Order: sequence, then C-alpha cells, then structure tokens
Amino acid sequence: MGNDGFLASKDIKSDFLQELVDHFRDNRETLRQQWLKETTAKGLLANLTPEEIKTESITIYDTCVGCLETGKYDAAEVYANMLAERGVLRGMTTEQIIGNFLTLRDIYGRSLFQRYQHDFNRLSTALDIYEPVANTILSIVALAFIKERERVVRLQQEAIRELSTPVLQLREGLLMLPIIRVLDTYRARQLTEQLLHAIRAHRAKVVVMDITGVPSVDSKVANHLVQTVEASRLLGATVVATGISPEIAQTLVTLGVDLSRLNTVGDLQGGIEKAERLLGYEGFKE
Amino acid sequence: MIEKIIVNIGLESDIVTARQQGKKLAKHLDFSSSELTTIATAISELARNIVDYAGGGEIILKLIQQNGKQGIAIVARDNGPGIKDLELAMQDGYSTGKGLGLGLPGTKRLMDDFEIFSEIGKGTTIIVKKWRKQNAC
Amino acid sequence: MKVPILKQGDYLIASVQSVLTDLDLKQLHDDLVEKVGRFRSRGVIVDVTALDVMDSFAARMLRTIAHITKLRGAETVVVGIQPDVAFSMVQLGLMLDDVTTALDLEEGLAYLKQLVKGNSTKDD
Repeated sequence: MGNDGFLASKDIKSDFLQELVDHFRDNRETLRQQWLKETTAKGLLANLTPEEIKTESITIYDTCVGCLETGKYDAAEVYANMLAERGVLRGMTTEQIIGNFLTLRDIYGRSLFQRYQHDFNRLSTALDIYEPVANTILSIVALAFIKERERVVRLQQEAIRELSTPVLQLREGLLMLPIIRVLDTYRARQLTEQLLHAIRAHRAKVVVMDITGVPSVDSKVANHLVQTVEASRLLGATVVATGISPEIAQTLVTLGVDLSRLNTVGDLQGGIEKAERLLGYEGFKE
Repeated sequence: MIEKIIVNIGLESDIVTARQQGKKLAKHLDFSSSELTTIATAISELARNIVDYAGGGEIILKLIQQNGKQGIAIVARDNGPGIKDLELAMQDGYSTGKGLGLGLPGTKRLMDDFEIFSEIGKGTTIIVKKWRKQNAC
Repeated sequence: MKVPILKQGDYLIASVQSVLTDLDLKQLHDDLVEKVGRFRSRGVIVDVTALDVMDSFAARMLRTIAHITKLRGAETVVVGIQPDVAFSMVQLGLMLDDVTTALDLEEGLAYLKQLVKGNSTKDD
C-alpha cells in the first residue's frame, strides 16, 4: 500500500524504528501485565511459580524489544536455548509455549493498532517492521523447544539401546549375549563393559555371544569382538561365538582377524550345547 | 576448570604416582570406570617409556576443552636420546627395552588422540588425549 | 608395598596390593621362584583383585612368573583381574595368551586342584 512516500529514506525508517522501540519500552509495565493477564486466563502459565513468571516475562519482553531495536537475534537464541536447557520449557506443553509467544505477539500488535489507528500509513509501516521480527522470535523459540525435545528423545533412545543389549544368564556359570543390529564403536565398547561386569557379577565361566543379528562389521568392530573375547578370557571365561554369517566371516578373514582365536559354532543352539559341554568338563581347557 | 598437574619422572616409583594423579584428575570429568582405567594404563606406559629410555622427564596432566568436548591431555616429555625410527617404534612387538614392545602402539590404541615428536639427541614429546564420550547417536 | 605370599598345602597364594611398583613385582618374582623350590609347590595363585592398573611391565612380569614357576613344576593361575583392567589390557595388546586366568581365588584353587588330581590319576 501507499507507504512509499513515508519510507523515503533509511534514516526515516530507523527513526521510526526507534519510535516503535520507545513505544514498547514506555509501555512495558502495562503491556507486560496485560500479557500475563491473558496468558494466565488461558491457563498457559500453569507450571510456573509467580516469581518465575515475573522474571521470565520481564526478560522475554526486553529481549524481544532488543531484537526489534538491533535487528540481531543472538540474545533471543541464547535465552531460548537457556530456557530450554533449564527445563523451563520442558515442563510446559508445546501449546503453552507457542501460546505464550502468540499472545505476546498479539499484545504488541494490538498496542501498535491502538497507537496508530488514525494514521494508516504509519500503522502499515509499523507492522512491516514489527511482524518479521515477531515471526523470527517465534520460530527461534519453537526451534529451541524442539531441539530440547529431540535431546530428551535421544537420551531416551540411549537408554533403550542399553536395554536392548541384555546380558542373560541361561544357567549357572553360563551367560548369553545376543548382539542385535549394527554395532558402532561406542555401543561396542559399552557392550564389552557390560559383559565383563556381568561375568564377574554372575561368576560366569562360559559366554555365548550370538551375532546372528549383526548384518555387517568393519575393522574397528571386528577388533572389538576379538578384544571382548580376550578380555573375557582374562576374567577366566570362555566365549563361544555363534551366528557368524558367511559375509562377516569373510570380512573378518579379510581384515586379518585370527579366527582360530575365536571359539566359533554355527548356530545359537550348537553354541549353547558347546557351552554346556565346556561347563560339564568343569574345566578351563579349550 | 583447567587444572594442570606436573609429575617429575625419574624413578620407577614415579610411574605409580603419575597414574594415580592422572586418575584423580580424570575423575573430575565423569569418565566411566573403564575409561579411568584406560587413562591410568596409558599414563603408566608413557611414564615407563621415560624411565626406561630417557632416564628422566616429566608427565603433564591437564583437563582440556575443545568444541564443547571435555577431555584429559597427557604430555610425556623427556630430554633423552630421542627415537631413531618413529615408524618402527609405533609397530607392535618392537622394543629395545624390557617391555612387551606394546608401549607406544598400545598407548595409541588406548587413547583417542596420539601425537609424537622426537629429535635425536634432544628428546621426545608425546601428547595423548582422551575425550569424554558425548551421547552421540 | 611388598606382596605377601601364603603357603597353603601344595599351593602358594600371592595377594597383590593396590599400589604395585616395578620393584615390588621383581621382588614377587624372586620370592615366588624361591618359595616354589623350597616348598615343592604344585601351584601358584597370583591374586590381582586389588590391582587397578596392569601395564605392559606388570603383564610381562606375570608372564615370566608363570613360565619360570612352570619350569620348576608349579602351575600359575592369575586370578581376580578386574573387568576394567581386563578391557584396558586387551586394548593395550596384553592378551596374556600363555597364562592361565580364573575369576577369583576360589575358581583358581578349584582349577589347580583339578589339575593336580588329573595329573596324579595319570600317574597311578
């Protein structure tokens, strides 16, 4: 619309920007209280203490105005990440977070309507300046919130992953370690640690390590498997490896892994039978 | 939280001191117990190298940060004869001393980062690092 | 700290303490070799439960102890290697291939008893 005349030069634009910033600063208390009144009425602040509400709302208000003034969003990003990390956002639902910022956006917007209702050109320019800033802030907050959620999900996945490699006791002195899915070195290390501690805790003499569920190995993982076998032996336990697919066997040979060091049996059942024979001998002979 | 400990290495008994100090320092970062043992073993090997080949030197232990990662760095420095053939020294089973010839390559396997600088007649400096594992996917 | 060695029947039991210097290890080696001869022991158990680090020198000494005592007629079993220590050892490359290992003192003794029994039935 016809704001070309009004925004003739950059200077005027920055003057006007300053006018907006001053407007928001001058009316801070009124607008902030209005914001809190509306969000409280909508039940968006349910999880926060009055003190948190006060300090957080002042900071959020000032940070937003700061973004408008400087055109830089670093402070908003830092603050949003901090909120997320501190768990302030975590206790709130997505609806509450977005709702809070949408409300704040409306409040800023309405105050502009009120101020410039008799000057359409100015109102339109004010919205042109203000809206992109409001949108950017909103997306920064949403992103921080989502990133935090993703982090939590990752931690949970980690926990599930640990659970998904159980060390099972089949009978006295006999442990079974079914390895499923692709092993990365981090998980492989975890697995070895778990197994070694389990050997000690259960006083195991034989471990059946079944890798039927492992589609492929690289040299690092192959080395890790061998290390696991060797470390188990140092604790006095024999490892019987089962379910080595022809592809993996081929890889191991290509990688120069000494297969004679691995006590291998074709399938899991055969492995368990062999383990029981080893236990029956009551011996350490290989 | 950058802390630094210097342990002078001259006698065989200093090897034990170095690895105990290293383990203590590494405990500030929550390494797993097996990683702590790994770090202590690496320090032991590095300190042993100094005693066996250089007659004396020092082990510097410090906590480090890089790109948001935390870790421990171990610097083993001596003014000994230096290593003639680095490539050979890094091979498994090669030893001119009384160990199993696993010292350097083994230490490299234990740690995440391994750097070695050596000059004949001037001495050897080895820098190894172990990073605390992030919860990477 | 000097490693105490207990004589129990046909066996010698050496319990390694947490802080083990090279000197202690050499002393342990000499003591064991001497005692195996003096007591005509059939087996030796080196208990390293308390040891929190095993480096290449310690591993080499244990191997040497096992070899030399064997030459003198006694089988050596290293017992009590901690899980974390075992993991570090294999990463370092210390497999202790030719040394018998067992979980703890109890398992070590059971192994030696069986071995001695096996040998004596053969002799009968």
